[in-house]
Amino acid sequence: MSNIWAIYKREMRSYFFSPLAYVLYVFFLFLTAVFFYMYFSSYVKWSQEYMQMMQFQQGFGSQPLPNYTQLVLQGITNVMTFILLFIAPMLSMRIIAEEKKLGTIELLFTYPIKDIEILLGKYFSAMTVYVGMLVLTFVYVLLSLKVVPDQTYIPAVMTSYLGVFLVGSAFISFGIFASSLTDNQVVAGLITFASLLVLWMIGFVDEINPGILGDICNNISVYAHFDEFGKGVIDTGHAAFYVLFTIFFLFFSLRVLESNRWRG
Amino acid sequence: MIVAENIKKTYGRVTAIEDVSFEVAEGEILGFLGPNGAGKTTTMRILTGYSPPSAGTATVAGFDIRENSLEVRRNIGYLPENTPLYNDMDVVGFLGFVAHVKGISSGDRAAQIREAMSESGITDVASRTIGKLSKGYRQRVGLAQALIGNPKVLILDEPTVGLDPNQIRDIRELIKNMAGKRTVILSTHILPEVSMICDRVLIINEGRIVAADAVGELSQRLSTQLKIRLMVKAPASDIAPALQELSGIQKINCTDMQSGVCQVILDTERSKDLRPDLSNRIVGKGWDLLEIRSMDPTLEDIFIEIIAGEKEVH
Repeated sequence: MSNIWAIYKREMRSYFFSPLAYVLYVFFLFLTAVFFYMYFSSYVKWSQEYMQMMQFQQGFGSQPLPNYTQLVLQGITNVMTFILLFIAPMLSMRIIAEEKKLGTIELLFTYPIKDIEILLGKYFSAMTVYVGMLVLTFVYVLLSLKVVPDQTYIPAVMTSYLGVFLVGSAFISFGIFASSLTDNQVVAGLITFASLLVLWMIGFVDEINPGILGDICNNISVYAHFDEFGKGVIDTGHAAFYVLFTIFFLFFSLRVLESNRWRG
Repeated sequence: MIVAENIKKTYGRVTAIEDVSFEVAEGEILGFLGPNGAGKTTTMRILTGYSPPSAGTATVAGFDIRENSLEVRRNIGYLPENTPLYNDMDVVGFLGFVAHVKGISSGDRAAQIREAMSESGITDVASRTIGKLSKGYRQRVGLAQALIGNPKVLILDEPTVGLDPNQIRDIRELIKNMAGKRTVILSTHILPEVSMICDRVLIINEGRIVAADAVGELSQRLSTQLKIRLMVKAPASDIAPALQELSGIQKINCTDMQSGVCQVILDTERSKDLRPDLSNRIVGKGWDLLEIRSMDPTLEDIFIEIIAGEKEVH
């Protein structure tokens, strides 16, 4: 445990002593803020229109009330997972590739510490940087809930964030895996980005070509499993998909490290 | 302290080292000598637990490198080739990280770091960023990193490569001082370094150990010849016939130098010291003997001899 902590601390230093973490934070917060503003202002506009209609037209009740979850929350969390396509590679590409390039992997490999501890320390640090981003965006979601009178949306906010967290975890673990394959950060980043892009796009196969192929693609697609979270539902099946995805690629990274040792 | 038995390492079809066996006693300084690509780094990486051997095994401080890699690593301080370091960290921060990873309790860390820094002479750059240090200081930080945790064994891969002559001298001095109670293995392709620092030398060529001995003995054991160099004030044409009569001389090589001085290089049998006979003979002839000196073969000579011999065998 102490070993994981040692690696974790060093990684966190390295994120925050370089401009990397700050650049990613600005990038992420700026984009989410813009989209949040757009979604929230359209929600407010619709709500106002709805109220006006209610005043002039009695019995207008057949029209549904503008839904905060659908209009704001699902919108913004979908945007977040899309931005993650760019953030995750940048966050994870250096993790092992840089150590290989610098040769410091040789130090780590000869210290009395297990490979899994190295990997977990690094994974947790990337996740911490990522969670930091989510927590900051949490602020404007919470602020918007002040304006929205109905507090019943809070559980949906929680599950949405859980979903975004799980997607991030899956992406980062994939990024670590890609980073373990090469000593070139850019290559690692590109592998991650391209692969995640494919996993995102195959979610559309279902729309073009419904049937078994569409179903299979939908189940592999990292995004198809996300929708339910935005509706305020925690489906253990979907949650398990992300957790297993994370474990799977962390395990693969471990195997790659081990094979590097043999070949080193 | 270290026992290696028939270590073999293959990368795909390429055999990097084969049948490497040796022992290192406690407190000894062993030099790994060999041309680039001979398998020095591979051997060291196996001992340090970086890479497992394809066959054979080794024990370090009583722990098997296959069964007990973590314990082995706890007993080894390793300085890899080219001194990889985290360039974005400051020296103290880096050593703090190393102490943490090596499992030193937080109470002892500060003292250990201070000790390692003073032993490797980097106390005055403690708060500097590693990436901005000179190569000599980087090397010292690498040594300090290896010293943390008080390992019984130090393994140093080409510790003096790329340094200027002053830095090389300082690092050699440091390594000698560090040795004392520790067992040290260092690799190099610079021959004088071995005779300067090491007690014993292991010559590796093309993945095999071709010679292993104490530094002084190696030169004696491997060479049956002894070269003697004379400076005599007499013409070369007179000297050669006069010395030829002495028994035990295998080859005479006379060259006239400036102002009537002749340099004579004799190949003689090592078992018989010819110097008294030579001086008597020359003085008897009425010549001035300016200099007489036996020339022990340098490690360079031995190295080339061994490697050439290897080539003939294969």
